Amino acid sequence: MCLAIPVRVVSIEGDEAEAEIGGVKRRVSIVLTPEVRVGDYVLLHTGYAIGVVDEAEAEETLNLLEEIARLSEVHR
Amino acid sequence: MKFIDEYQNSELAKGLAREIANHSTKPIRLMEFCGGHTHAIMRYGIRQLVPRTIEMRSGPGCPVCVTATSDLDKAIALAGLPGVIITTFGDMIRVPGSYSTLQQAKAEGADVRVVYSTLDALEIAKANPKRSVVFIGIGFETTAPTIAASITKAYQETVENFYVLSLLKLTPPVMRALLNLGEVKLDGIIGPGHVSVIIGSSPYEFIPKNHNIAFAISGFEALDILLCIDKLVRQIESGHPKVEIAYSRGVRPEGNAKALELMNEAFEVDDANWRGIGVVSQSGLKINEKYRRFDAEKAFAGLLRFAPSDEPASESKGCRCGDILRGVATPLECKLFGGLCTPENPVGPCMVSSEGACAAYCQYESPRDSENSGGRI
Ligand code: SF4
Repeated sequence: MCLAIPVRVVSIEGDEAEAEIGGVKRRVSIVLTPEVRVGDYVLLHTGYAIGVVDEAEAEETLNLLEEIARLSEVHR
Repeated sequence: MKFIDEYQNSELAKGLAREIANHSTKPIRLMEFCGGHTHAIMRYGIRQLVPRTIEMRSGPGCPVCVTATSDLDKAIALAGLPGVIITTFGDMIRVPGSYSTLQQAKAEGADVRVVYSTLDALEIAKANPKRSVVFIGIGFETTAPTIAASITKAYQETVENFYVLSLLKLTPPVMRALLNLGEVKLDGIIGPGHVSVIIGSSPYEFIPKNHNIAFAISGFEALDILLCIDKLVRQIESGHPKVEIAYSRGVRPEGNAKALELMNEAFEVDDANWRGIGVVSQSGLKINEKYRRFDAEKAFAGLLRFAPSDEPASESKGCRCGDILRGVATPLECKLFGGLCTPENPVGPCMVSSEGACAAYCQYESPRDSENSGGRI
């Protein structure tokens, strides 16, 4: 029910955007995320973008995970 | 897919699992609030990846499951009114009320349509101006802003025949209610990821502060959940529980201001009835005065015929959904699980809903899992 998946915004018109999910395009309401720009990833929930994915944070998390994986190996 | 595949890397998952094992010294019990997390935990075999001393319990985070039987009866009664089109998210139509389901009502001639979005419901209203289109508004804070958006849009576009039965529920108040009940001792809570995209992390501060329970908000991929468990274990081991975000690509501490603004525009906080938990004060959203004419409950009040109010809405006999939603029992403790109750022939909503804990256990639990099979990613 609270499922939301990351989709990439390819164009914006008023409070609607066109987003791409695995090669498939669909219309998404962006009334809840007026700050969104073309190229951003948004979390799509029941036809609405409920949030913009923070790519810098995403990168940082992955770096942290790699670090943890490396250190946990050493400490074993 | 980007932002999904990277978070399912099995090498990194094993690294995180080692890290958790390295830090975890004592038996703990965690609750995942969200039904989406229960499914992800089962699907990725997270319980087999982490030490056996970490016990996981499902919580009340399945909107279909927590919808009270009496509210379902209301939806089914609305479906029986002449000229009404019921629009609803898919899972709802198979959930049993006291006497029937929406699906049964449909078979008996009611016009019940499954929609993907409130926008579809609004389109159906515009296409059928002579009919009354009622959207069955279930969900938590994730979904509430989308329902608010449909109501304000109907208002702006003067769509006269669109109504919402608001059964929306709020997550921090029910967490408080569960913790105050004290039926199940918890050390940490895996916080709901997409609810928190909307409300942020501050509404959960009372959990570490008043209840001394660790709290971290998680995303829905394998690595997200493991990272969240790692944060919880560290908080618990250090004896300093707090609120953390383990899903920082989606959740900001302040939430989504625009979505919160829309929710406040259309709704007001009111008491809500939760299956298995009962009425929790200030834990739901009702349509406010300004948008009153879209409120299905008010608009059709004179026409609805419910069961006599002194007769409590009946639950299916033997079904332990209520206990499961409160985290008191696991699906495996229900005598009907897997035998009389299966996804094909569900007895209770926890098996009907694709997010329900019973459905998750049925789908992913296999005898192999009881041995330590090392996860599934
Ligand atoms: S297995 Fe079926 S009957 Fe048992 S608690 Fe779950 S939904 Fe209810």
